[in-house]
Amino acid sequence: MPDVPTYDDLPADVMRGLISPRMSRRSMLQLGGASALAMALAACGVSSKKGATATGTSASAQAKQFWSDKKQLGTLDFANWPLYIDVSPKNKNDHPSLNLFTQQTGIKVKYSEVIQENASFFGKIQPELAAGQSTGYDLMVITNGTYLDKLRELGYLIALDQSRMTNFYQNASPLVKNPSYDRGNVYSMAWQSGMTGIGYDPKHTGRVITSWADLMDPAFKGKVGMFGDTQDLPNSALLAVGVNPETSTEDDWKKAADWLKKQRPLVRKYYEQDYIDPLSKGDIWASMAWSGDIFQANASGATLKFVVPKEGAVLWTDNMCIPQHAAHPVDAMTYMDFVYTPEIAAMLAESINYITPVPAARRIILQDAAKASGGDKASLTDLATSSLIFPSPSDFSRLHRYRVLTAEEQKTWNSLFEPIYQS
Amino acid sequence: MSRSRLQARLAPYYLVLPGWLWLVLFFVVPTFVMLSVSTQTGDIVSGFKQTFHWHTYVEAWDSYHVQFVRSLVYGLVATLLCLLIGYPVAYWIAFRGGPYKSSLLFLLLLPFFVSFVIRTLSWNFILSDNGIVLSPLRHLGLIGSRFHVLQTPYAVIGGLTYNFIPFMVLPIYVALERVDRALLEASADLYASSREAFRKVVFPLSLPGVFAGVLLTFVPASADYVNASILGGTRTTMIGNIIQTEYFTNLDYPMAAALSFILMALLLVGVFAYARALGTEDVFEVNAR
Repeated sequence: MPDVPTYDDLPADVMRGLISPRMSRRSMLQLGGASALAMALAACGVSSKKGATATGTSASAQAKQFWSDKKQLGTLDFANWPLYIDVSPKNKNDHPSLNLFTQQTGIKVKYSEVIQENASFFGKIQPELAAGQSTGYDLMVITNGTYLDKLRELGYLIALDQSRMTNFYQNASPLVKNPSYDRGNVYSMAWQSGMTGIGYDPKHTGRVITSWADLMDPAFKGKVGMFGDTQDLPNSALLAVGVNPETSTEDDWKKAADWLKKQRPLVRKYYEQDYIDPLSKGDIWASMAWSGDIFQANASGATLKFVVPKEGAVLWTDNMCIPQHAAHPVDAMTYMDFVYTPEIAAMLAESINYITPVPAARRIILQDAAKASGGDKASLTDLATSSLIFPSPSDFSRLHRYRVLTAEEQKTWNSLFEPIYQS
Repeated sequence: MSRSRLQARLAPYYLVLPGWLWLVLFFVVPTFVMLSVSTQTGDIVSGFKQTFHWHTYVEAWDSYHVQFVRSLVYGLVATLLCLLIGYPVAYWIAFRGGPYKSSLLFLLLLPFFVSFVIRTLSWNFILSDNGIVLSPLRHLGLIGSRFHVLQTPYAVIGGLTYNFIPFMVLPIYVALERVDRALLEASADLYASSREAFRKVVFPLSLPGVFAGVLLTFVPASADYVNASILGGTRTTMIGNIIQTEYFTNLDYPMAAALSFILMALLLVGVFAYARALGTEDVFEVNAR
């Protein structure tokens, strides 16, 4: 073995250098990092995102003042959900109703189908609105419920110009005038509404389904679908236990949660919006469903049925509203009122297959059906006579709105219902 | 000391600076902000304030420990399956691939030019109750009429395995590729059978690749939410889905941040335990080898 120097052989100053404590480069960098971390820990806080909110009579005065100096500018940036406007049969990007609008008013519309979900769209526009910047949109369509409430509470919506809503007040259905989630239509006008009832395939269920209680039938074990969300699911459960959701109390919510827990073993999956495929294929036999989806599936050849259950169903509405710092608010108001003329409402209803806010459109669709022929005539007549598009008076009496919740109530509500579909 | 000596002593810090800045900007600062958010209280309308409310972590664990354990179990099972399937594939490409190695690797990676979500949705189509896999089996009488694969944990774990196989195959392939063929010749000279040669020479040398593959698979698989959302049913919710709901639906940022931190801690514990089990003194050593 070669000679290896031992500690005794080393000169004294080298020994001193070796054993004296020293700051290595590594520990210096670690110390620098740690101290930076420690310094900033207490500093953070996410400040309130509130803008200015207006309530009561001062609100209408503020709104009047806001609109007093605004002018029509000739452009409209419209954000909407996919498949939620009329399309010309030859070209999917061409929208006859928008072309008519441009013809009549001279306003050019930039139409974007950027809203996939209320939650993700809210997440997209919230930072810009919190920073006081424009979202790039003058008009957007948001479902009533949590996100519309949040937008209102945070002051992110511009109060509408009531003087520019003549068509609305003349032609809108009573369902969407002065709704519980926006008394006086201060911030929103309905775009389309829909029902959340039960969709089922009679071939597989073997019988007619008429109530939420039918979704508790043990014969359907593993073949039932429900929605996995904090709006449709809990409100429908409240109806199932015989309570009006809009006036329900916390005890009622607990009863509804118990009902849902009892139903869990029968449910195959708590779907988001993808229930229509399994329902058509036969993976599930009966499911919570949206009226428009069932109508469209049947138009494509399925044989599903939609029913507004005996205990009641939820009516939701997608609403047009104007975000803060919109560049062309007057153009947005013009469009919003334009949509409430019966002719235009009929054009939209013929493509969209959800509940139009203008009952007079029905007469126009029947006129169109009389003028058409063959397949078109059949589908238009279907549309005009379908209770999914124009609910009957008995249906109306069984339709209810979502419970409006404060922030505190929202927490309790979520903690009761989220474990149902998230455990 | 003289100017040049000072510069000489500071030079290494200057050289580290770009790497340090990147680390600080993209890792330290976000992690730190998340830690800070997790101890705040409030809501989005009235604002969040820093109150050092560590109880959020207790609430997070109380409410969701089932999902945490389930996510780790699914991730572990998916990782093991990926290992069982991926190791032979990597071995075969490295040792028997010959001139076709790059084509085989390309074929392995080809599905991954399609988006993750679309691939998972295609499994939804393949495994559906009356689809091309289950329908013939049902006609043959091999499965009952109520049998289904979708909306069971098996579908979710299957989806996870499918989506993370390349992350397992590629590191193992790289490690096996670096094994010196001369070592195999040497072991043959010393009377080792091919099985012994694999067990005693090739496998230990491929362990760094296995370690990297397991890390790259286990961590993302446990945190995944797409598979559970598309292929899962009522009892397959993973922690990724919970964090998504807390952040987007409940707008409860402190809870979402706390959940993320707990997940990170659990995964780190798992990784360090695994590194110990592999027999390394230092996790970083394994990767450097």
